[in-house]
Amino acid sequence: MSKKVLVFVKQVPDTQNITGDAMTPEGTVNRAALPAIFNPEDLNALELALQLKERYGVHVTVATMGMPAAAEVLRASLYRGADRAILLTDRALAGADTLATSYALSCCVKKLGDIDLVLCGRQAIDGDTAQVGPQIAEKLAIPQLCYVEEVKDLAEKTITVRRAIEGGYEILEAPMPALLTVIDANDPRPMNAHNIMRFKNARTKSEVARPAGQTPLTPEETAAGVAELERAGLLIEEWSAADVNAAPDRIGFAGSPTKVKQVMSVVLTASEAKQIEPTQAGINELIHELISDHTLG
Amino acid sequence: MNMSEKRGNVWVFVEQEAGKIASVSLQLVSKGRELADRLGVKLEAVFLGDKLENAVPELFHYGCDKVFLAEDPRLEPFTVLPYAKVIMDLIRAHKPNILLFGATLKGRELAPRVASEKLAGLTADCTDLQIDDFEDKKNGKSYTDKLMQIRPAFGGNIIATIVNTWDDPQMVTVREGVMKLGEPDTSRTGEIEKVDVALTEAETVIKVLERVRADKEVDLQGAQIIVAGGYGVGSKENFKLIYDLAEALGGEVGASRAAVDAGWISHDYQIGQTGVTVRPRLYIACGISGSIQHRAGMAESKKIIAINTDPDAPIFSCAHYAIVGDLNTVIPQMIKAFKSKQ
Repeated sequence: MSKKVLVFVKQVPDTQNITGDAMTPEGTVNRAALPAIFNPEDLNALELALQLKERYGVHVTVATMGMPAAAEVLRASLYRGADRAILLTDRALAGADTLATSYALSCCVKKLGDIDLVLCGRQAIDGDTAQVGPQIAEKLAIPQLCYVEEVKDLAEKTITVRRAIEGGYEILEAPMPALLTVIDANDPRPMNAHNIMRFKNARTKSEVARPAGQTPLTPEETAAGVAELERAGLLIEEWSAADVNAAPDRIGFAGSPTKVKQVMSVVLTASEAKQIEPTQAGINELIHELISDHTLG
Repeated sequence: MNMSEKRGNVWVFVEQEAGKIASVSLQLVSKGRELADRLGVKLEAVFLGDKLENAVPELFHYGCDKVFLAEDPRLEPFTVLPYAKVIMDLIRAHKPNILLFGATLKGRELAPRVASEKLAGLTADCTDLQIDDFEDKKNGKSYTDKLMQIRPAFGGNIIATIVNTWDDPQMVTVREGVMKLGEPDTSRTGEIEKVDVALTEAETVIKVLERVRADKEVDLQGAQIIVAGGYGVGSKENFKLIYDLAEALGGEVGASRAAVDAGWISHDYQIGQTGVTVRPRLYIACGISGSIQHRAGMAESKKIIAINTDPDAPIFSCAHYAIVGDLNTVIPQMIKAFKSKQ
């Protein structure tokens, strides 16, 4: 029987290309001004899963936790070759730190039941914590293999990977089920035109109920729309916290031990820079000053 | 917190490779000493590996009162599951108040595994730690002498102060190079407590089939003078200019991510949020535009010279000396000026 791989992905604001209007005058982040993108290392994780699909015939499920709009990264995953897509969305999940997030995601894995491999990007660019992957592994009591560059071998009961360590690499072998965090060491494939045609109408229930730019559907119309998508194999499953049996006190704000006390925009330490003429005379003067104050010498 | 309850100690997870203690761990011992003194508790190290006894005195020299020493062949080389097990057992037995990890590859893999099992909060990649009170307005609770966990977020565009409001320990990983190394006192000693390493089969399932590593080519954290090149250097060949200036001034070479991504120099030399954090006496940024991620790794340098053809380059906003000009002429002028002054 083919192995089952679950890839967790995240839709993130593009923090690496922040423009002026993304920061408010109060120093907070205006998320609405930032384009939402597929978290870069999650694309590497998806690529690794799709390579396993080609090499070993694994079945690839992609799941994300987020707002209803995060269905976009699930469609982008289907366009690249994923077999199944799940959106975990619920107001009760909002305000989660990494502990509450990893708990909710581990509930998702338990609900699916027979997963052999869980793949995550090493970290998401909105938080850069790299904590959720290892924490999911702990919650599932399975081994974690972090900073994976490539899968060397997928055997019946074990997986062998090459992963980065400080100043080099290791070849690690672990029994499955196992969790891998994947780094930027492969080139994620582009979306496939055939898959785009096939899945361009894939929708979640929320998207069926509230079509963009149109009036919301009645519950009856929504149910009919969902049934139609399901028949066509185009329904992106939508799960709530209750659907994955997540304990209310372990998710969202209530399940998060860390609280944000204060947020400040980055204040440049800039004192006014002294302008130095790019001439030999100007440079001589600068070097003289630095030798005099013992910066150089 | 119940004030009649005795506060736990400050702990540092000490990382080693072949018995050599990581520089970030000594930086954390220095910072941990400060925190422990402020709280009136002890500073203790958690030191795992095999045959480590010779390395222990250095931990006392930098300020540890006690070292929990766990030696076992199964703890060498580092794998995450046995390390997490030993540390969890120690946490349960001794209930530390604070636990610091370096934000290295090992620390960032290990700390979340431990925090998840302990159901403790964990803040990644801190750049500063302070002790302060905290009032949680949302649940109406107030806390005394908590660890303020300060870190950049959102790609370095904001600085957030995070507090762990659940049970201790308050756990963080701390970026390399941001905490100042204290002066070692070679007369200082302390207590060693040998740890009984209790591992089951469940923790030894990950096998290391092959391990290839080399020490870093360069120690940028210890450098007093750094000459760093960016995309404006233009080519791998032209990086010779950067090396020439570094050699003339007795400094080390560094690079921005753009120069590393272009393949002109190895990742070991990268300075910034995804590289090392440095605070040298003199930092010369050559052809570096100065993204927020780069500045996060060097803005604390004592003196910063920026050379860039673009007068609006963000690097100038954190520079002490701004040279709007072409590095291809300015660098030879600097070498000439320095040599003639000596």
